[in-house]
Amino acid sequence: MKSLAELEEIRKKTLDQMSLRKGNDGMRVIVGMATCGIAAGARPVMSAFVEEINKRNLTDVTVTMTGCIGVCRLEPVVEIIDKDGNKVTYVKMTPEKAARIVAEHIVNGRVCVDYTIGEAEK
Amino acid sequence: MQLYRSHVLVCGGTGCTSSNSEKIISEFEAQLANNNLQNEVKIVKTGCFGLCAQGPIVVVYPEGAMYTMVKVEDIKEITEEHLLKGRIVKRLLHNETHDDGSAKSLDGVEFFKRQMRVALRNCGVINPENIDEYIAYDGYKAFGKVLTELKPAEVIDILKKSGLRGRGGGGFPTGLKWEFAAKQPEGKKYVCCNADEGDPGAFMDRSVLEGDPHSLIEAMAIAGYAIGSDQGYIYVRAEYPIAVKRLQIAIDQAKEYGLLGKNIFGTDFSFDLEIRLGAGAFVCGEETALMTSIEGHRGEPRPRPPFPAVKGLWEKPTILNNVETYANIPMIILKGADWFAGIGTEKSKGTKVFAVGGKINNTGLVEIPMGTTLREVVYDIGGGIPGGKKFKAAQTGGPSGGCIPASHLDTPIDYDSLIQLGSMMGSGGLIVMDEDNCMVDIAKFFLEFTVDESCGKCPPCRIGTKRMLEILERITNGKGEEGDIEKLETLAKNIKASALCGLGQTAPNPVLSTLRYFKDEYMAHVVDKKCPAGVCKSMMKYVINAETCKSCGICAKQCPVGAISGEKKVPYVINQDKCIKCGVCMEKCPFKAIFKNV
Amino acid sequence: MEMVNITIDSRKLQVPKNYTVLEAARFANIEIPTLCFLKEINEIGACRMCVVEVKGARSLQAACVYPVSEGLEIYTQSPAVREARKVTLELILSNHDKKCLTCVRSKNCELQTLAEELNIKDIRFEGEAHKLPLDNFSPSIVRDPNKCILCRRCVSMCKNVQQVSVIETNERGFKTIVSSAFNKSLNEVPCTMCGQCINVCPVGALKEKDDTDKVWSALDNPDLHVVVQTAPAVRVALGEEFGMPIGSRVTGNMVAALRRLGFNKVFDTDTAADLTIMEEGTEVINRIKNGGKLPVITSCSPGWIKFCEHNYPEFLENLSSCKSPHEMFGAVLKSYYAEKEGIDPAKVFVVSIMPCTAKKFEAARSELAATGYPDVDVVLTTRELARMIKEAGIDFKELDERHFDDPMGDATGAGVIFGATGGVMEAALRTVAEVLSGKSIENVDYEQVRGVEGIKEATVKVGDLELKAAVAHGLGNARKLLDRIKAGEANYHFVEIMACPGGCVNGGGQPIQPSKVRSWTDLRAERAKAIYQEDRELPIRKSHENPKVKALYDEYLGEPGGHKSHKLLHTHYTKRENYPVE
Repeated sequence: MKSLAELEEIRKKTLDQMSLRKGNDGMRVIVGMATCGIAAGARPVMSAFVEEINKRNLTDVTVTMTGCIGVCRLEPVVEIIDKDGNKVTYVKMTPEKAARIVAEHIVNGRVCVDYTIGEAEK
Repeated sequence: MQLYRSHVLVCGGTGCTSSNSEKIISEFEAQLANNNLQNEVKIVKTGCFGLCAQGPIVVVYPEGAMYTMVKVEDIKEITEEHLLKGRIVKRLLHNETHDDGSAKSLDGVEFFKRQMRVALRNCGVINPENIDEYIAYDGYKAFGKVLTELKPAEVIDILKKSGLRGRGGGGFPTGLKWEFAAKQPEGKKYVCCNADEGDPGAFMDRSVLEGDPHSLIEAMAIAGYAIGSDQGYIYVRAEYPIAVKRLQIAIDQAKEYGLLGKNIFGTDFSFDLEIRLGAGAFVCGEETALMTSIEGHRGEPRPRPPFPAVKGLWEKPTILNNVETYANIPMIILKGADWFAGIGTEKSKGTKVFAVGGKINNTGLVEIPMGTTLREVVYDIGGGIPGGKKFKAAQTGGPSGGCIPASHLDTPIDYDSLIQLGSMMGSGGLIVMDEDNCMVDIAKFFLEFTVDESCGKCPPCRIGTKRMLEILERITNGKGEEGDIEKLETLAKNIKASALCGLGQTAPNPVLSTLRYFKDEYMAHVVDKKCPAGVCKSMMKYVINAETCKSCGICAKQCPVGAISGEKKVPYVINQDKCIKCGVCMEKCPFKAIFKNV
Repeated sequence: MEMVNITIDSRKLQVPKNYTVLEAARFANIEIPTLCFLKEINEIGACRMCVVEVKGARSLQAACVYPVSEGLEIYTQSPAVREARKVTLELILSNHDKKCLTCVRSKNCELQTLAEELNIKDIRFEGEAHKLPLDNFSPSIVRDPNKCILCRRCVSMCKNVQQVSVIETNERGFKTIVSSAFNKSLNEVPCTMCGQCINVCPVGALKEKDDTDKVWSALDNPDLHVVVQTAPAVRVALGEEFGMPIGSRVTGNMVAALRRLGFNKVFDTDTAADLTIMEEGTEVINRIKNGGKLPVITSCSPGWIKFCEHNYPEFLENLSSCKSPHEMFGAVLKSYYAEKEGIDPAKVFVVSIMPCTAKKFEAARSELAATGYPDVDVVLTTRELARMIKEAGIDFKELDERHFDDPMGDATGAGVIFGATGGVMEAALRTVAEVLSGKSIENVDYEQVRGVEGIKEATVKVGDLELKAAVAHGLGNARKLLDRIKAGEANYHFVEIMACPGGCVNGGGQPIQPSKVRSWTDLRAERAKAIYQEDRELPIRKSHENPKVKALYDEYLGEPGGHKSHKLLHTHYTKRENYPVE
């Protein structure tokens, strides 16, 4: 390598791939991945979140899975917790909804109310 | 580019490797393939996490769930439950991470949260065999800064301001050492790294070498720039094959990236690095003996002056620093001298890595700011003494150091406070002892080591330490004589004063230190012919309490030499002539009817 | 040389900047005890006897290696220093075979002297001590590891000076011993038997093989005609064994003592040296004239010969085929002399008194028995002769001087100078120059080949020829010179090589001087002075003018290099393995 610029490039590129290992400071996307969730299609939802987040280079957002959250009939379920601990639960998720949530909620801070559990309960 | 949603870090330090962490990795890969997760989950082999008592360690991100004592058989469950379904396998979690159902992450665990990992910053975090991961966490950034923004004298200035002192045990100000070498006339100079780590029980350097080899490479290159050298040597003990392998991989990768070799970063600075293996001599961790060994001669120390910074390897100006000292340097350059000087105490800046062992729950590696008290290390970070036993002493500095008794538990740990107590920081070994340890026996243990490792060049060490050991052997065999303790003190004083090198000069320390704080134990051995802790075999015996004995016969069955006899309804008896004092009977007695009679 | 100001024991002095504390103290007439120190040979600060207190240093420092610097403050007799020295010495003594009464070095032992000087009254720290077997398998040198104090002087001599490297420290810590590879006897490794290790040993760990019993036996046997010959170097050193100053010439006393011991005849090896010059000079001239192998290399140093056989077998053909002087003499004694005197050669017992331990090995070579009997029966070193003289109750200093016996008693000055480095070369030049040029040459002093410089060169105009000569002494210098010749960097006609630094005057069998003397006096130069003095005082100084030698050729040998000479006075050499692997 012949310049500091080259070093910086490698740094940036690899760091993105390792962001998972840093502490959970930013937003957390928790995808329910129990049997019901998987059966309902939670895995493509998860992949969609991961792809969107990487595309937009959101290094402080982590995607994790969890077990059964409880509302099995509303699976796939995704919870979004911001850095202050405020939680929003999205239900009946699809990959397309995931993309919108990333754009509106995660990036711009606007909850997609129609996808939330509150709306579904109505 | 692979988009992983989860990273699984498996500890690849020597401790966990010997507990099959390599097999764990291959089992993970197999299980991931079975479940079609190989494109979503990345397995990363890292360096040592430090909590060696609980290895093998597996940490799953992004949750930070820390699994301990993982077996190969557990991998299927971890994959199917956690990685596939997101259900953390609670039974494998580090016990502290249980917290009303939800998992505490690694950083919340008591063992880790009191540490300040500077030298160990990347251990357990990155894959040491991947230079890109090192670069991702600001690796080689300090080097780049130094080459393009700083003059050599400025680098040395930063080091001096930071207050960094040698972490190998000497505690000599690093900046000053580099300055001496830099001041020598231009010409061939050498940068050496002491990775011999001979203290028994110490593995701080090993963890850095196995877990973050690039930090060493970067620091040595910076040192080369600062003093005007283009050649470095890393002297690693041959008993560290994993470290040697990872170092060589790291060097090769650095060379490939042009970070070692000619005209680095397009400047006119060139630096090359080579590994040299030790051959099993503790004395080769001594500065001049190490250099003599690299030169191809019998590894024996040479008189100083001349000092290595003036005339070292092949009579050229040479600096020699410890691995841990080097590991701190990139951070000091990046975060600044003031940041480093803000950690620690007035005369001991920064952090120190300790290898905590002995009678302590959390044996392993910890890095703490200088000034942390011994009490904190033993009880808060170390998790206290197993079995609820009483703390007796902590030995620091290995065979060159001394012990710190309970009365000084609140001593803040730094270079000078330890010396005042009659011990020394040493390279960072910290062995905890409890009420069941005999301090005379401990002194003998360390002296046995030094006698075996003495190079033999000078009579005070070659013959003197041997004579001290002979006296201690007599004392622990119940044959202590009047005047023995005075003889020990005379020998100790004179060996310290006249020995040629640090090995001899510090060999008497364990004896002097235990004499200082535990004289009564010595007196009991010499005068009363008793070992209060019940360790010295010739002065204690195992006895069966006739009242408590239920004649179950288990002890007799367990005794390896058939020294116990008895029958139903009659208390069993130990034949003291046959007894080899192994202690199995006491261990196995279900009624606690056997005890040590001292 | 820049000077610095220092303070020793509260006295201020100015000393050269390159001094060590030991040298500075000596300059101020302060004696600091040493044990492992031997100037220019062993300066390693290992024994810790010379420790001193240095203001500002954390521990005591070794004076023999600690350099002076501006403002240095030293204390050589502080309580801490005195105590440390005593403890260290007691420790050394606790691991030493303290049988002084039966030790060959009693009264000339640096450890014994030190124990006395430091007033050691008790050894407080006894414990395990080495109990190792002796190595007495070689004909020349005996090793006793139980007396060794690990000063490493012998290792340095063998490795750095002689560059033979057959002994080294083995094992480590308390188990350290000085030994050869795989603990083999010196007999089984490429030891050249030069005995320089003995000369630098401060104690009785190294000594010569004692052959005095054989000589007493011969002297006591009425059937044998026991003759003795003495090398030139012996007569300028023997006096030291009786307390005389270094460089005293005791030729007359030596002859008288030998007579008293009961030898039938006392001869002078120097005469045979003249004989050697006749043979070797002829050889050199022949090779130069007839395009023979050049350079001719001298062959009178058996340590050098064994070294050559082990390490430079490619030069075996360069060696002169002449035997060494005392071997030539032995052959002549058991043929010409025996015949002339009407004695059965089987009854002639030849004893050589030599400054040399390698000659013990040489005398045992099977090829050195020209008459069917060994040319020389026993070789005794100067030291052994001194012991015999003492044992016989002879008061050496009070003897009246005597002369060597006829018919082989008159040597020339050329024969005497064999004892010093450059001597053989100079003796040869005195003859060769005259023979080749056909003229008589007045000036016989060839200063260019004298002195203690390691390698000396000279070009001597001899008739039409520019004779190029080189002299090396000490096997390390021999290596240097031979490597140069091998690399084609130098072209000589004639080369003299002596195994011992300084030549025979500093041979492995000469009186041993302690470091206190050796470090500050050049024994080689002092003894050599006596040699050259003897040369100057002799009436004849060129070998070919020796009437006894001329008579030998006329009556018996015929001519130099002739058939009979060859049979009696010449030999051959064999390549030797270094470490035979089984």
